[in-house]
Amino acid sequence: MPEPARAMAVAEAGDATVEPVERTMVEAIRLALGRAMAEDERVLLFGEDVGRNGGVFRATEGLQARFGAARVRDTPLSEAMLVGLAVGLAAQDMRPVAEIQFAGFGYAALDQLANHASRMRNRTRGRIACPMVLRMPYGGGIRAPEHHSESPEALFAHLPGLRVVVPSSPARAYGLLLAAIADPDPVVFLEPKRLYRASKEPVADDGRALPLDRCSTLREGRDVTLVSWGASLVETLAAADRLADEGFEAEVLDVATLKPLDLDAIVASVARSGRCVIVHEAKRSVGVGAEIAAGLAEQALDRLLAPIERVTGWDTIVPFPRLEDHDLPSTPRIVDAARRTLDHV
Amino acid sequence: MRRVVARFEIPYRQLLAADGRLVDGSAPVEHPAAALRTRLHAMLRARLFDARAVALQRAGQLGTYASALGQEAVAVGVAAAMADDDVLVPSFREHGAQLWRGVRMRELFLYWGGDERGCDYEGPREDLPVCIPVGSQAPHAAGVALAFQLRGEARAAVCLLGDGATSKGDFYEALNVAGVWRLPVVYVVTNNAWAISVPRRAQSAAETLAQKAIAAGVPGEQVDGNDVLAVEQVVREALARAREGNGPTLVEALTYRLADHTTSDDARRYRDESEIAAHRAEDPIERLRRHLETTGALAADELAAFEAACREEVEREARAYLATPPQPAASIFDSVYARWPEALEAQRIACVARAAPDA
Ligand SMILES: Cc1ncc(C[n+]2csc(CCOP(=O)(O)OP(=O)(O)O)c2C)c(N)n1
Ligand SMILES: [Mg+2]
Repeated sequence: MPEPARAMAVAEAGDATVEPVERTMVEAIRLALGRAMAEDERVLLFGEDVGRNGGVFRATEGLQARFGAARVRDTPLSEAMLVGLAVGLAAQDMRPVAEIQFAGFGYAALDQLANHASRMRNRTRGRIACPMVLRMPYGGGIRAPEHHSESPEALFAHLPGLRVVVPSSPARAYGLLLAAIADPDPVVFLEPKRLYRASKEPVADDGRALPLDRCSTLREGRDVTLVSWGASLVETLAAADRLADEGFEAEVLDVATLKPLDLDAIVASVARSGRCVIVHEAKRSVGVGAEIAAGLAEQALDRLLAPIERVTGWDTIVPFPRLEDHDLPSTPRIVDAARRTLDHV
Repeated sequence: MRRVVARFEIPYRQLLAADGRLVDGSAPVEHPAAALRTRLHAMLRARLFDARAVALQRAGQLGTYASALGQEAVAVGVAAAMADDDVLVPSFREHGAQLWRGVRMRELFLYWGGDERGCDYEGPREDLPVCIPVGSQAPHAAGVALAFQLRGEARAAVCLLGDGATSKGDFYEALNVAGVWRLPVVYVVTNNAWAISVPRRAQSAAETLAQKAIAAGVPGEQVDGNDVLAVEQVVREALARAREGNGPTLVEALTYRLADHTTSDDARRYRDESEIAAHRAEDPIERLRRHLETTGALAADELAAFEAACREEVEREARAYLATPPQPAASIFDSVYARWPEALEAQRIACVARAAPDA
């Protein structure tokens, strides 16, 4: 089999004639899925309850009616199976987009990701690849039951061969998901469910993919760099507002693509500000924040004016809903951490 | 040459018909009338708890909740068949079994209200807590049973799981090892016809879920899951075999999920109201009530009196739940390890300092 080509005509500039419409993140995801399916008949969606029910968060609503039950399939209840299924489909040059209902149930599929999806290309020296996407709603903050608020991105990011992507807005979700589906390698696409309906922004169905290895700068500032991804950016941006009230300009970076990491952009920003606060909902130890901090230590140590701060979930089991707010990075925690870097002499 | 080397059959058991009469050919029910009333009460108690939980959720006083409406006979039948020192390894929709075994309503409310203390049962200390990752509890039951076997104890584990759970590797793998080692465990599949929006026929092409036992060399049986007496009888026999060292059994109890999957679900999106209506006629509580009435074992006002007492209990427990003071923030660190590691202590201090009222 030839090297899998880019699955679709992913326009770099996009179709400029399409008018943007205000959409939520879940609508933007649905839009991207529909677009990808319309453009490439090898794209198929499957998972538990994604068909008639349109997914428990409605991300696939209407897609079975539009594309048929052969391409939008409800699977039996089995996460290991459905990720393994994607590996087989991808080996046949299909473009599987699998959904696991909650990231907490993705642990069951780690075997397939670590032992197969991630290394098929390498083992076969490119003869067989694994162009699949595994979508999982992830993260906390919606008062969901036990096991429904996990942030396991570091587990996936640790695996060579996988890409790990976390969108933080409707427009980036649209562009990043199109890119993930077009990418020739396996992508774990973690959707912060707290953001699914949190806000709207203009999203044009222009088919424009975003790069899978670039941070985006959400706000410019020269005093301190706040680095985050996914839902935590809400609190991070709020912290930047508070800091602005105090007269400090915070730069806010959305990492978005956790693997591979756009360390250059982070280093460039921290080289300017000299201060860095890394914010993530996931547990602290051996988290992606540690990787970023290590990268900064390697590449920007001489530019740092203060120790790097991390504001993360604690090294506890994700608390049941009643106490989850004590675990999630809050705006005051981020502001305090930023102040510590600013106060450092 | 071609010959049949193995043949299997899956028995189906029912004692009470939907109208409460004994099914033709059934031996008379062995239980004394008082024991039958206990089972009726337990089902009603589970249902009243369930209704209160849904109401609390609707009022914003409970988290997402999985109703067991219509499935009470499986939970109660299974629990009634168990000995106190057996161990229950439940899924998340078997409140009736947990209540029978002494889990308190306030504990269940706490659990579904998002508080870990709801898993710290005062009553059945060895029962495992609710299991949310579907099917992942199946191997635990095998492990519990292996412990009994190793220590030579005449006890058994009972694992409850759904029809959807039978599609998971965990289920097959657990059943397989239980079969090989003849572990004292009974797997009871509550086949309520749905796994969220996925109907039973889309879950497996197998004619019955009970026959999944066959491949593991384990007996598999079906039972009318709306007939509490039949469920109890089948599970009691399976438990007796287990305790005598004759290995595991898989029981498939056929019932129906009358409610939405959870309070976050809207089943009208994927199933017809008419289907639900047909299943209402099989109500397990009605069935036993009719049976008791026709046999003269239930006085006219008895059930009403019990229901009133039960409602009182539910209210008392709901009040106790609502009045339970929240756990302190520090509690998120208290039970992660036997002792919170010194190396991580700075995290605890930082969290607690922020949670302090004057912080
Ligand atoms: C491993 C896993 N995957 C997905 C889910 C989400 N989920 C919760 S319940 C459920 C359906 C379970 O169906 P079944 O086993 O029949 O039990 P029932 O809900 O009918 O009691 C699903 C898919 C989960 N909790 N665990
Ligand atoms: Mg079910």
